[in-house]
Order: sequence, then structure tokens, then C-alpha cells
Amino acid sequence: MTSIPPDPDTTTDTALEIKSRGEEYEAQHVHSVYEEIASHFSSTRYKPWPIVERFLKEQPDGSIGADVGCGNGKYLGVNDRVFIIGSDRSTNLTRIATRHAPHSAIVASILALPHPHNAFDFAISIAVIHHLSTPERRIEAVRCVLELLRRPSTPDAQDGGKALIYVWALEQKESRRGWDEGCEQDVMVPWVMKGKKEGGRKAGRKGRRRRKQGDGDGVGEQEQDEGSEHQMGAGQGDQEGEQEEGQKEPGDKTYLRYYHLYRKGELEHDIEEAGGRVVECGYEKDNWWAIATPKGDT
Amino acid sequence: MKLLTLNFLTCAIKTCKSSPSSFPLHPRDAELEIVEADLNLKFLENILPRLMWDELRVVVDELGLPTLPPTIPTRADLVAPSSPTSSSSSSDPAPSQTARDLHRILIETCVREGKLVCGNCGHEYAVKEGVANFLLPAHLV
Ligand SMILES: [Zn+2]
Repeated sequence: MTSIPPDPDTTTDTALEIKSRGEEYEAQHVHSVYEEIASHFSSTRYKPWPIVERFLKEQPDGSIGADVGCGNGKYLGVNDRVFIIGSDRSTNLTRIATRHAPHSAIVASILALPHPHNAFDFAISIAVIHHLSTPERRIEAVRCVLELLRRPSTPDAQDGGKALIYVWALEQKESRRGWDEGCEQDVMVPWVMKGKKEGGRKAGRKGRRRRKQGDGDGVGEQEQDEGSEHQMGAGQGDQEGEQEEGQKEPGDKTYLRYYHLYRKGELEHDIEEAGGRVVECGYEKDNWWAIATPKGDT
Repeated sequence: MKLLTLNFLTCAIKTCKSSPSSFPLHPRDAELEIVEADLNLKFLENILPRLMWDELRVVVDELGLPTLPPTIPTRADLVAPSSPTSSSSSSDPAPSQTARDLHRILIETCVREGKLVCGNCGHEYAVKEGVANFLLPAHLV
């Protein structure tokens, strides 16, 4: 049996890079970055998305939930009549997330969650799955979230647990970045930390001063990524973003994070592939979102 | 990490989840701390049906804490009997001693340092400064 010779096209740089994607790639281009920028990132994340807030508030009292990729735990403050276990890949972000009573937060990977299956009434995974770097891993991530949820009472019923998933959209031509249909979907997005050259840990402790600088400069993608636009106003964010590009100083440090930008229909597709059913879906401020529930026959 | 969390945790290794011995995780060399919190009676009543009581009793015993009663309390057990003098229906029900004990164990008692061990594969998950870490080494993913 002779193996088929490799297609010459697969030796291009892009193909090589795609081949190298996976666990290690994400460790370098996602996990280590969040660990470094945790404190600064967290200071820009405090305003919940309205749809996420609504979803959390409409859960019946006493429901059990999971916040997969909880970051600093900003969604753990929304409803204290339910119990949520947040999890994040970053220890530094999780440490911040543990401050939200009565909830809990642990360090875990979305692909290896330490929860029993079918035990949760609801789950959210906000701005997380777009950080997985292959289609297979993204579908597996959705599957891992769905596995947490209660199964429906009958195969066709929709009374199983519900998961709300948010991912960054490719179609966002009104945003500062201007991506739209037809653009490259796998991108590296900068996060700029202002200030003198310092280690991430030390920079984090500077707290107040840094926070102020970061906000004022519209650092990185914060206006679009997770809803800070609601606190800044879109126009303001755009303008400051442009300034930031021009004013990057020698002491600033730029971190690049990997994102897969979802095109229209792709999230729903991934949910179906993962054995889920889409209950509701939509687009909000440069993001695609969907509420999914497990199918009873799985 | 509050003990209530353990009610929803198992081994992160996929092949362990189908084994009953992977739940609950067993605390080892645990250093506990009490983190005071407001008692929320409604919250306790609501999560009561979700508790895996027998498994919680195992964990509580392993931690050397006072043994939990053999049967799970009912919702009614959580409310203190109202005194005959106060007939007002507007006053919120007061928590019983049972509710206060449950609150103490599930919400206020936290694992600060130590390990959580899977009863199926023996893998140990570290808890440091109250944060449990379930990331697996590459060969176990
Ligand atoms: Zn195990």
C-alpha cells in the first residue's frame, strides 16, 4: 500500500499553520495571553451583554448552571437565586471570578470539564468557542457544553437544559475592524497593554492607574468583543481606537490572540453537528448567539 | 472552594465519568476555612432537591466534620417553627437550626488548600488558595 503523495498546496505557509493548530497552538496564542493580560482584561469587563443578562435572569430560582469560560466572572453577579459554577482556562481570571457569592469558580478546559453529565439546568459560554482553532475542536467544545445539560423528557421535547453560546461574528462591517463576509475567518487580534515595559504580573498589580489608561485608549478589541460598547458608545470607541494605533508607545506591549470569526449560520451548524438543537438564535453587536438544547436521542 | 461545589464535580477525564466511583471527588490533605456568608433560606430550599445527599455525607465524613443526618432534610425542616405570638403572615420565615447547619457546611465551609482525588483513576487535582485546578497533563487529554 503506497500512501498518496502530499498535495503540493499543503506545503504553503497557511496550510502549515492550519495543520499546527490545536491544543498547543491555543496554549500559545490564547491561554498564555489571557494569563498575562488577566488583570487588565478584567478591568475592562464589567458590563454584561443584555441577552446574556436576560437569559440568566429568566432561569427559575434554584437552577444549577455552568459558565464555561467565565473569565473574571462578570456574569456570576447577575442572578444570586441560582447556583453557577464558573470555569476558565486562566488561573488568574478564575481567581478574580471566585469573588462572586454565592457562586463558585474553578480552573478547567472546556474540552475536559470536571462536571457530571446531564446535571445542569443551564449553561452559558460567552466569547469562548471562537478561541478554539480547528472546526473539530469547536464542535467538540459545543458538545462538551451540551453534555452538561439535563436531557429532555422525551426525544422531541424541548424541556432539557439550555445553553447560551456567544461567538464573535465575521460580519461586522460597522465595527472599527470592518471585517465582513468574504474576509479571512481565522485572525490574530491584538491586545495592547499601555505603559512601561513590565512583566504581566507586576503590571496587574498597578491596578487603578493602568485601568484608567487602558479604558481611555480604547485598547484592543474591547469595544467589540464583549459589549464594552454599551459603556463607551460606538463612535467614541472607534475614534479612540484609531488614536490608539497612532499613539502606540515604545513601552507598550502588544499581545496577539487567535480568533475564529463565525460567519452567518456557522454557529447553528456547529450546534447541530454537536448533537444539539437550536432553540433561538440571533446577532447582537458583532456577535452571533444561539440558545441550544440537547436532543433526547443522544 | 465551597463544599456545595463538590456536589457538581467529578473527574475531568472522560473515561472516568461513566464510573460511579469517580463521584464524589475525595478531598485529601485538605485545609478548610470558614468564609462567612449571609444565609439565603430561599437558595437553600431551592438547591435541596439537587443535593446528592449520600455522597455529601461521605465527603463531610472524610473531612472530619460532624456527620450529616442519614436522611436529607425536607424543605419544611429548613424553616423554624413560627412562634404562636407572631401571627403576621408578612414576616419572612426564619431559618431553622437545620438550615443554619446546612448553610455552614455547604456555603461557608471552603477547601483552601489540598487535593481532590478521583476514586476511579486516582488522579489528584490541586486546590490552591481556594481555587481548584482541573487542567489535565497532555498525556491524559
Ligand atoms: Zn478519574
